[in-house]
Amino acid sequence: MSLPPADAPVDGVAVRRPLPPRRRDDWRKAVRPTVISILSIVIVFGALGWWITSAAQWPRVQLQFFNVNAMAEAFPRVLSGFWISMRIWLTALFCIALWALVLALVRSLRAPWFAPFRLMVVVYIDIFRGIPVLLLVLLFGFGIPALNLPGLPNSALFWGSVAMILSYSAYVAEIYRSGIDAVHEGQWAAAKSLGLTEAQTMIYAVLPQALRNVLPALMNIVVALQKDVALLSVLGVRDAVREAQIYTATTFNYSSLVVAAGLFLLATIPMARLADYVTRKDRERRLQRAG
Amino acid sequence: MTPKIDIDAVTKYYGDRLVLDDVSLAVSRHEVVCLIGASGSGKSTLLRCINRLVDFDHGEIRLDGVSIEDQSFGATGLQKRIGIVFQSYNLFPTMTVLDNITLAPRRVHGIKRAEAEERARHLLALFGMEDFAASYPEQLSGGQQQRVAIVRSLASRPDVLLLDEVTAALDPELIGEVLRIIKGLKDEGMTMVIVTHEMGFARDVGDRVCFLEGGRILEEGPPAKLLSRPEDPRTQQFLQRIIEAGRL
Repeated sequence: MSLPPADAPVDGVAVRRPLPPRRRDDWRKAVRPTVISILSIVIVFGALGWWITSAAQWPRVQLQFFNVNAMAEAFPRVLSGFWISMRIWLTALFCIALWALVLALVRSLRAPWFAPFRLMVVVYIDIFRGIPVLLLVLLFGFGIPALNLPGLPNSALFWGSVAMILSYSAYVAEIYRSGIDAVHEGQWAAAKSLGLTEAQTMIYAVLPQALRNVLPALMNIVVALQKDVALLSVLGVRDAVREAQIYTATTFNYSSLVVAAGLFLLATIPMARLADYVTRKDRERRLQRAG
Repeated sequence: MTPKIDIDAVTKYYGDRLVLDDVSLAVSRHEVVCLIGASGSGKSTLLRCINRLVDFDHGEIRLDGVSIEDQSFGATGLQKRIGIVFQSYNLFPTMTVLDNITLAPRRVHGIKRAEAEERARHLLALFGMEDFAASYPEQLSGGQQQRVAIVRSLASRPDVLLLDEVTAALDPELIGEVLRIIKGLKDEGMTMVIVTHEMGFARDVGDRVCFLEGGRILEEGPPAKLLSRPEDPRTQQFLQRIIEAGRL
């Protein structure tokens, strides 16, 4: 005996079909939470805004930090300083990416006669990760130009940037190395069995995977460096912070610093979103592979 | 006649642990030898000694009568002549299928890109993979990836192929497509050493089966005899367990 298929009509009984989706209901489901969120945001933020601006001290705060006239006056110089900050940032990024790669590669070399170089890198990383960046910037930026070394640049900006690069490279080298170490041993075996040299294996097979794996971590460094270049202002480099400070020193009004802060946010928030996006893509890719 | 591969009294330690104990095995030209045995019996290590992925401590392995440690092989001569396919494919995930296959021909053997790609496409077509040249390994099924891995090792035109449990990571329904390819290679006269858990496959494709335990070859013979009427009680016990697991 064979059973009828489960959805076969039974004699005399109408076939039960699934009900069509209740569109009106769906629409309500989709819109109601959104409306509630917007209302809630308007009420809460409106209340906060009213509470702050109605405080007795608010006019003083506004005059000190959010003075529109002072902001407009300081803006051109702060902007030109910010432009210098961003140029330092991009140059430093480029140098860090390369120098850290050299450090990571030296540390990953397996041949025994590279032992002294591996040791040098380990010591380098320990030292530069262990000293505050600000201290390094002061030490390099003021100390080295004072030596008047022949044949080398004498600017505080140059040596301050070198300090940033050396310090950040120590962190980035460790990120690179974790990526290189995470590449499966089977990849090395496959490359070796194909006749690739160690250098070719690194260039073609291992590094591309390592970089892809550590991209989210690198993006965080990129964002951190973007604002840490402000440290160079202690050397008198006329970046955004310095220009804002100069204005503050003559007017005793801090709105210029708020302008600088705003400019940094304008630059770092998109970078942070980009970092989030890269991280999310990376996680999706891993899940896809696992599934 | 000189054997294609002549493994002569090879001994290998991992630290203090003896993994290959005075193993000797000669593989003739066009012969297919299957290595079977439990995990840790030394069969994969033995396979990896043949193309020097693993260095051994004593003994010698010869390819066409020449020690594989001979200077005449240079840095890549041995790898050009001996291909290996791994259990976990080990394809390079950042490269397309085509780039995976042409990497060694271009970077190691100095073949021009256009020629290497043409040969790669030809090989892919032979294995029914021509539509996947531009795909990335992660986009392929396990069976497809393993086919690409086989093509990649064949792209260097080796005269020996080593297969290290190439179906062990595959879903059962995908094993067949890979095994058919290996049978095809046997029909074309490829010399192969195969580490496998698929006893049915060893029976089909193997000219000879070796049973390893504790780093030694305990018993060897034609598959019909060794897999049906093994003499050594340890071989019998191993095969009994395989039968109970439903793998024979």
